[in-house]
Amino acid sequence: MAGGPSKALLAELATRPGRDTLASTATKGAFIAVSLLFLAALLFAPLVMVFATALSKGVLPYLQSFQDADTVAAIRLTLVTAAIVVPLNTVFGIAAAWAIAKFEFRGKSVLITLIDLPIAVSPVIAGLIYVLLFGIQGWFGLWLQEHNFSIIFALPGIVIATLFVTLPYVARELIPLMQQLGNDEEEAAITLGAGGLMTFFRVTLPKIRWGLVYGVILCNARAMGEFGAVSVVSGHIRGLTTTMPLHVEILYNEYNFVGAFAVASLLTLLAVLTLVIKTLVEWRTGYRKR
Amino acid sequence: MRTAAVLAMLALACLAGCSTDDQGARVELLNVSYDPTRELYREFNDAFAREWRERAGETVRIKQSHGGSGSQARAVIDGLAADVVTLALAYDINSIQERGKRLGAHWQSRFPYNSAPYTSTIVFLVRHGNPRGIRDWPDLVRPDVTVVTPNPKTSGGARWNYLAAWGYALHRGLDGDWSKLDDPAAEAQVAAAREAAARFVAEIYRHVPVLDSGARGSTNTFVQRGVGDVLITWENEALLAIESLGPNQVEIVVPSVSILAEPPVAVVDTVVDRKGTRQVAEAYLQHLYSPEGQRIAARHHFRPRDPEVLAEHRAKFPELELFTVGEVFGGWNRAHEEHFAENALFDRMLRASRRAGAR
Amino acid sequence: MNAVRAPSILPGFGMTLGFSTFFLCAIVLIPLAALVMRTATMGWEEFLAIVLDERAVASYRLSFGAALLAAFINSVFGFVVAWTLVRYEFPGRKLIDAFIDMPFALPTAVSGIALTAVFAENGPLGQLLAAYGIRVAYTWVGIVVALTLIGLPFVVRSVQPALLEVQRDLEDAAETLGAGRFYTFRRIILPTVLPALLTGFTMAFARGVGEYGSVIFIAGNLPFETEITPLLIVIKLEEFDYAGAAALGFIMLVISFVMLLSINLLQAWGRRRMVAAGR
Repeated sequence: MAGGPSKALLAELATRPGRDTLASTATKGAFIAVSLLFLAALLFAPLVMVFATALSKGVLPYLQSFQDADTVAAIRLTLVTAAIVVPLNTVFGIAAAWAIAKFEFRGKSVLITLIDLPIAVSPVIAGLIYVLLFGIQGWFGLWLQEHNFSIIFALPGIVIATLFVTLPYVARELIPLMQQLGNDEEEAAITLGAGGLMTFFRVTLPKIRWGLVYGVILCNARAMGEFGAVSVVSGHIRGLTTTMPLHVEILYNEYNFVGAFAVASLLTLLAVLTLVIKTLVEWRTGYRKR
Repeated sequence: MRTAAVLAMLALACLAGCSTDDQGARVELLNVSYDPTRELYREFNDAFAREWRERAGETVRIKQSHGGSGSQARAVIDGLAADVVTLALAYDINSIQERGKRLGAHWQSRFPYNSAPYTSTIVFLVRHGNPRGIRDWPDLVRPDVTVVTPNPKTSGGARWNYLAAWGYALHRGLDGDWSKLDDPAAEAQVAAAREAAARFVAEIYRHVPVLDSGARGSTNTFVQRGVGDVLITWENEALLAIESLGPNQVEIVVPSVSILAEPPVAVVDTVVDRKGTRQVAEAYLQHLYSPEGQRIAARHHFRPRDPEVLAEHRAKFPELELFTVGEVFGGWNRAHEEHFAENALFDRMLRASRRAGAR
Repeated sequence: MNAVRAPSILPGFGMTLGFSTFFLCAIVLIPLAALVMRTATMGWEEFLAIVLDERAVASYRLSFGAALLAAFINSVFGFVVAWTLVRYEFPGRKLIDAFIDMPFALPTAVSGIALTAVFAENGPLGQLLAAYGIRVAYTWVGIVVALTLIGLPFVVRSVQPALLEVQRDLEDAAETLGAGRFYTFRRIILPTVLPALLTGFTMAFARGVGEYGSVIFIAGNLPFETEITPLLIVIKLEEFDYAGAAALGFIMLVISFVMLLSINLLQAWGRRRMVAAGR
């Protein structure tokens, strides 16, 4: 690990005023080159592949693939799921981070690890546990059937599985950041008579805004892109319980490569959303400073 | 938080959009099926809906679910409310019956032809021009040939592939005489033939560089990624691959002997009785046997049962010697026990070839 | 959770801890309990036979090994990427920054298919590497590549906010006071970034261990060679062997939990040491 950072440092120090500008430009260039090369091989090659396939028959077939009723239903289901999951996990993340970062208590590391756990649980298992709970042979299965509730193979199951998979993201972004920032400013605010909520919104929130933004973005991306866990609890009913990722699989398996990668490309366009949110946050905080 | 609010509003707008559904006397069916029947049921569902409107004056809407045959069976066992199941192999419907208690034990005699309205067989897909000169099963174990087939543990189609190869070798060992299987006098020959079959199938799997989890995954690996010289697959999948991926890339080789693949259909009793859809569900499956249903099946590359319809499509479905799972393996449950269950022949085969350090 | 806490004047401890524990229980712990209970339906012998099966053990080695390697690669390159994005201004920076999250948004199956297309021997990069005798698709290397892609956002997105917080005036001050470059890095930058880097590493690792969707396409899935543990779980499920699947899931959970807990304890210890040193 030491190779990267120390090189990083050299590059950073080289950018200081007064340093040899030629060397500094060279290191900066090297740094950017390494980053770009790494990202090109790993991130952009598949991305180009997605768009190349989606557009392989031209722009019109690409656009037409979004007119398919099942595709529209899949997009809608994915948006609904994310709209339920992301706010819930954001609230959870903030609460957990506040408790963990601001206070010292016994069992804290265990709690953090439990929050991490859903990331480590294989998506297949994440789906399976809800089948074990809510499936007809599961703990609550018969009761649910008698009361005509369906959880798995319906929207609630998809939401719960997504909730599980994306639970750690906001919390895990915020915890290290809030720990690093310390309590001094909050303590000062409280001492000066500010209330808890006011302290949070006026003191803490501005400091953690980037962590929060990244956490929400990651959580949202993952909520929309989750495949494995949702696949187990969805039932794959076309146009009804297929989310975008499941629909991509369906189209791909139908040899409809244009359609499949068109839907996939839509998910990559989330990056554009990320850009907008970040710019918005930058603009707003910049405004506040003035 | 602001994004969350925006998303929530979007969601509400979408939900509002959903609720404006059209009204009218209508009934819904859910057909839980396996992967290769997507195209078939898309056309058949429309045909049946038309037929049912004329016959019963009722609008029927058929929802489709597709996936791997085994995981679809599992979903039904765990409560997916399928009115009918149309799966890849009888073992999966047996499992729904045994583990889920969702249909009667005699489901397979409810509809004609073992409840399998259409059939298929296992053939080879090779590269255009057949550069390796693949003609029959023994060519698959030549040292210069690599084979693509999915994992029998996760794919129904792969089980048919496995049993087809096994059946071929057994057939060879018995000099082409299946009656020896039940002949006490030929016991020694049968035992020797079984062993030879096990060796032959194990040898095939030593020529497999990639075990995909499903049939379509294997087709994509073979056609799109250019892996392997031969793809073992269903005839209907091979024909579809040629149709949708281009005739100039791959071609079909029909082996001398293969298996009669019978993908079965069944009505799920507990679901139709609860929903009150038995009548329409039975009519739906029955319609698969009608000339119209048979023609649709043939159009989507499944071999029709109806001799007349089969004759119309003879060019597409060449004749070859076919054996059934019942004749050679004593039915699907036994075939599964002996070959695919945990630590059965297939697992032992993989372990043995690992010990031999074959790769 | 009978938490004994150190006194603090900040409010909201009971409420936030209570809520997050409740939420955690409802969404994560109770369902996981179902998994444990399902495992408990089998006897010890049966459990051990499944868990210690040589094929299963080979798959743990692959799953955990590939995840660890991918997490290391991500720590190095993820840091470089994060640094480049935070500290340098160049055309296209914002756009590249925005695409970092893509591996999350892209369904894992699509990542898998796309990576296989790129790295298969008839793919653009695969051809290039094949010329040097390197095979990526359908080997363990392919698995590492897939897991690196899947884990990348964790490291970059953890390190970025921390790097933003490093106060450059502090660095400048240290340098003005005659601190060497390495010293500045070790005493100013590293302590601020390390917790975040470690968090990113941990999460990239954890995610890699359980990943299924993308790996399945690029791995050859051959037993003992390129068969990951989640695939074995799927195979068990196909057998309707829920208990067996639960057993494998449980053992993965235990190993991951122990590894994650060790890293988290290490981090807590490091933080206490740092605070103590600061006083």
